[in-house]
Amino acid sequence: MGLLSKKDAKLITDPLADNNPITIQVLGICSALAITAQLKASIVMAVSVMAVLGIGNVVISLMRNIIPSKIRIIVQLVVVAALVIIVDQVLKAFSYELSKTLSVFVGLIITNCIIMGRFEAFALGNGPWRSFLDGIGNALGYGVILVIVGFFRELLGSGTLLGFKVLGDPIEKTGLYAIGYENNGFMLLSPMALIVVGIIIWVQRSRNKDLIED
Amino acid sequence: MEHIELFFKSIFIDNMVFATFLGMCSYLAVSKKVSTAVGLGAAVVFVLAVTVPVNWLLDQYILQPGALKWLGAEYAEYDLSFLSFIMFIATIATMVQLVEIVVEKFSPSLYNSLGIFLPLIAVNCAILGGSLFMQSREIQTIGLAFNYGISSGIGWFLAILAIAAIREKIRYSNVPAPLRGLGITFIITGLMAIGFMSFGGMLTGGDEEAPAEEKAAKIEKKEDTKEDIEVANNIKVIK
Repeated sequence: MGLLSKKDAKLITDPLADNNPITIQVLGICSALAITAQLKASIVMAVSVMAVLGIGNVVISLMRNIIPSKIRIIVQLVVVAALVIIVDQVLKAFSYELSKTLSVFVGLIITNCIIMGRFEAFALGNGPWRSFLDGIGNALGYGVILVIVGFFRELLGSGTLLGFKVLGDPIEKTGLYAIGYENNGFMLLSPMALIVVGIIIWVQRSRNKDLIED
Repeated sequence: MEHIELFFKSIFIDNMVFATFLGMCSYLAVSKKVSTAVGLGAAVVFVLAVTVPVNWLLDQYILQPGALKWLGAEYAEYDLSFLSFIMFIATIATMVQLVEIVVEKFSPSLYNSLGIFLPLIAVNCAILGGSLFMQSREIQTIGLAFNYGISSGIGWFLAILAIAAIREKIRYSNVPAPLRGLGITFIITGLMAIGFMSFGGMLTGGDEEAPAEEKAAKIEKKEDTKEDIEVANNIKVIK
């Protein structure tokens, strides 16, 4: 990696596993759970968060020396809100159906704790390029969990992936359904998202003993 | 009747934590002890009761398509609803500051118990979510908006109180090491959410028409994909 020094590359790779925003830092859970019934919605959400977090981190980092610390929260909120409005309008213009599915959760990116958390913890103390990498890295870590949860919920819940019937047709009885497989409709309901994330945390912490809480 | 229905619906059926996952971050972070959970819960009820009606007014008289009619006929065509995110979050941040100042001035004892939680609340998704759902569910009057704010706050309060009590007890149980802390909390919340799903049938008895209509509209808005799949499954069963 000629472009990135080792320290910079770490900014991107760390949040993917050992410092994951969702499973370790416990940030940004709300949206992670609510929209993962379909893989497509999860991917769009991950990309939106990446755009907002990447650009927002750069903006805050450029302004970090002129923001008075007393009103920094409201400045940060305004920056995020402006970016989220742009994302929302783009989604409405190019994929109206999907923006209906995501409903208020696009707006809730504003209060997604990952964004405020990274602004406070990183962008206020670092230069624009490193903040950008940090933003992208954390958004990737967030996206990975979203995609994993979305993958399992859509596959087990409706037998499709991104809308393609990968397990065969449940009404025509082809593929797996021919031998008596049934979709587990329960996976599509909200409680299962929590349990799937719980299981991801379980797997991750049994592989890496340092992360275990007492 | 309308009020009572909305009240119970927001607490049990559309519970913020269990049905829409709002405010999960603070729900997980501040639920280690019952006493702090009560403080944060009370602050959330309070702030929701203030911000939802204020944002309702904003939405009715400034943001909605045609809302600017009171300024004169030439303004009737403006649609400012794309500004709602930034207006709502600004209102919430200001109201939280204002509430903090007022409470500190007039009731120092309340400030001591709520004070440290108030700044946290500005970025709690439950608060912004309350206003956004108020907008997307098209709540009709300011009284209902106030009711919705308070009752969804109470729902959140109940949820954090319950999980804090469970987490205090679970400390003495033998949980598998990798699940300790966060993992088991997620799974318990999932199980509690399954429990809360059983409230879903609560409002379908009695006067059938109004709730059925409301529900149909809501399902269309929020869960049309889910419903499609359910319908597909039902068709399969019938076949």
